[in-house]
Amino acid sequence: MVDVTHGAIGSVPPAEVPEMDLYHPHSWWTKYVFSQDAKVIAIQYSGTAIAIGMVALVLSWLMRLQLGFPGTFDFITPEAYYQFITMHGMIMVVYLLTALFLGGFGNYLIPLMVGARDMVFPYANMLSYWIYLLAVLVLVASFFAPGGPTGAGWTLYPPQAIMTGTPGGQQSGIILMLVSLILFVIGFTMGGLNYVVTVLQARTRGMTLMRLPLTVWGIFTATVMALLAFPALLVACVMMLFDRLLGTSFFMPAVVEMGEQLRTNGGSPILFQHLFWFFGHPEVYIVALPAFGIVSDLIATHARKNIFGYRMMVWAIVGIGALSFIVWAHHMYVSGMDPYFGFFFATTTLIIAVPTAIKVYNWILTLWRGDIHLTIPMLFALAFIVTFVNGGLTGLFLGNVVVDVPLSDTMFVVAHFHMVMGVAPITVIFGAIYHWYPKITGRMLNEALGQFHFWVTFLGAYLIFFPMHYVGLMGVPRRYSELGDMALMTDSAHDLNAFISIMAFIVGFAQLVFLFNLVWSIRHGKEAGPNPWRATTLEWQTEHTPPRHGNFGKELPIVYRWAYDYSVPGAKEDYIAQNDPGEYGAPGAHA
Amino acid sequence: MTVIVVALMVVFGIAGWWLSQQRLMSKPWLESGSVAAYPGTESGPMPMAKVGLGILLAVVGCLFALFTSAYSMRMEYADWSSMPVPPLLWVNTGILMLSSVALQCALVAARNGHRDLVRLALATGGLTAIAFLAGQLVVWRELEATGYFLTANPANSFFYLITGMHGLHIVGGLVGLGRTTARAWDRATPRDRLTLSVELSAMYWHFLLIVWLALVVVLAGWAESFIGICRQLLT
Repeated sequence: MVDVTHGAIGSVPPAEVPEMDLYHPHSWWTKYVFSQDAKVIAIQYSGTAIAIGMVALVLSWLMRLQLGFPGTFDFITPEAYYQFITMHGMIMVVYLLTALFLGGFGNYLIPLMVGARDMVFPYANMLSYWIYLLAVLVLVASFFAPGGPTGAGWTLYPPQAIMTGTPGGQQSGIILMLVSLILFVIGFTMGGLNYVVTVLQARTRGMTLMRLPLTVWGIFTATVMALLAFPALLVACVMMLFDRLLGTSFFMPAVVEMGEQLRTNGGSPILFQHLFWFFGHPEVYIVALPAFGIVSDLIATHARKNIFGYRMMVWAIVGIGALSFIVWAHHMYVSGMDPYFGFFFATTTLIIAVPTAIKVYNWILTLWRGDIHLTIPMLFALAFIVTFVNGGLTGLFLGNVVVDVPLSDTMFVVAHFHMVMGVAPITVIFGAIYHWYPKITGRMLNEALGQFHFWVTFLGAYLIFFPMHYVGLMGVPRRYSELGDMALMTDSAHDLNAFISIMAFIVGFAQLVFLFNLVWSIRHGKEAGPNPWRATTLEWQTEHTPPRHGNFGKELPIVYRWAYDYSVPGAKEDYIAQNDPGEYGAPGAHA
Repeated sequence: MTVIVVALMVVFGIAGWWLSQQRLMSKPWLESGSVAAYPGTESGPMPMAKVGLGILLAVVGCLFALFTSAYSMRMEYADWSSMPVPPLLWVNTGILMLSSVALQCALVAARNGHRDLVRLALATGGLTAIAFLAGQLVVWRELEATGYFLTANPANSFFYLITGMHGLHIVGGLVGLGRTTARAWDRATPRDRLTLSVELSAMYWHFLLIVWLALVVVLAGWAESFIGICRQLLT
């Protein structure tokens, strides 16, 4: 491609990006509550997501109490256990991870990183948050509904999801769940349009696509995927709502329940599975791609080295995004599908490992001979790489039909899934919060508490999920609240289960330390200054810290280089900011 | 799931074509310097609202492709019995076409700056769209009166579900059209702002018309027979 000679630089007119009609807040309400500022919306999204995530954390404790010490706690009935599973899974995947990565980090970072004043449709952005909050409230309401929340499992498979035997199936639990999901999709679509159009149309001068930080690439691609995949969830939810409320037979086969023939007839539960997983598999990457992007930036910044293979990283993100739409049926190997069909999906599943492996190599090669600072964001980034590789390897096992079939109903799948989609993205979220907290609040998070939080979380997560693989390989099935003294529940399996439960409590409590740190440091943290990590990207170059409404000063920054100019030989400092004209002089100097 | 996969291929095709214009092969680490050296890589000149609407339409297209996918998969089960197309549906289709034509006229008038014509055409478009919705309700009534209840057969369930979803999108469009019409009556609206507003409405309307025509083809069973003919030709 063209290597640009320095003479080729014409004069750069000052930022011509027009001042968007920003709605400047006039009162406390419009500034902090009904705000149209993406940064405030980001914090609202994050706060809500973390709050509902804490509910899901407590639910996981309750489940572990039952699994570790079966029969000890009377209030955990089998029905309650299923409700805990369902709500834990749904909250963590949809209402915490998706909302936090896209609604939280997307809102905060996209406008700042691309050099825009705000999202392009601030009003729709505000609406997006409030609809999300409504979705969360409807979900929470189901805990208090008669019969409690749905216990259908987080995949909500019909027909059991809407039948009498399932908790909430014939009460309001499942209805509230479906309504909440529909609201979530509508709210997300409003936000998603914002994120995509902002990246497409509101980049500042000089910010070509290939100069975008990988964080933006990850969030952007994930948002495009989410916009295309969430409609499948919407369709599945609407159709199931029809089945449940109006008695149609989209998914409901002929069923005899308690000796009585139901009015439904001939429906196809498999149809639901196709729709659900057409959303469900891209969802994995909707969560993973922002994590990939963010971790790339964390590693480059804290190892003071340019990212290895930037182009390859971008292509891999786009490639993974496209491929993830043709692997959905690998979640359905045990649904009795045509073996050739399964073979096709096993192949596509294994192909997706190629771009993913490229990314892992590039992270490691970025670290290679870098000036690694073991800051807390870096520690979490390293933890992510290790965990993601671990979880990814068991994914290769499960991607093969013959291996998946015997393992499909065991705790092995639970362990795999939590490694790759639970622990891995959560470590990135923590790393990202430690990294950007100084920009959001102007103060650093407490280092000692952070170290404590990292080591307990990282080691603890492994002590939870590594043994779980073994429990699964021993044949212990998932989804059962109690197995009693079956042959496969040996003493060692019981002991491992108890151990896992105790570790789950310890790791859970470490998160309280983190929450304390978040609150405490707002007032008592060390002053951070505008750019404590000496990073290159635009969000660290704002006039004010934290950035005010409008993000940048009078003029938008002009971008002269990519986001990874670290340790450039001959440069004054070990980083060159993206808007640093360097040897090209100030804007207009060449006129 | 063939329908949605095909729809996605179209979306991916467009996205891929756009990406191929963005110098994805460039080596940004060698190319520091002013943007003036890299023409065509900045944010495009298209209005943001138009880009936003384009993406929204892709999402809506996927939504209906998914409904169609579910329809064609459910169709293969034994209890399916197709339902006749009520003749009134053709009248409604005609009305929706008229609505689209009216909005196209509004767009032409807006570009030429004839504000009175814009108002007339927008009002016509809105009223015909409302007439379409009323017609759809009549179709539902007729079907129910002749025993094609929602739960009687999955074909019926899908008919009500899909036409209902399409109707909801028209209602959403009417909200936007209402705002456009209000702008057309407001003398303070600058001309290019009004033109953009009308253009967006027209875009949405044409898209929903295309979706509707595709849905009619599916619901009337023509898609099925067309695929049958293709299969015969191939074998």
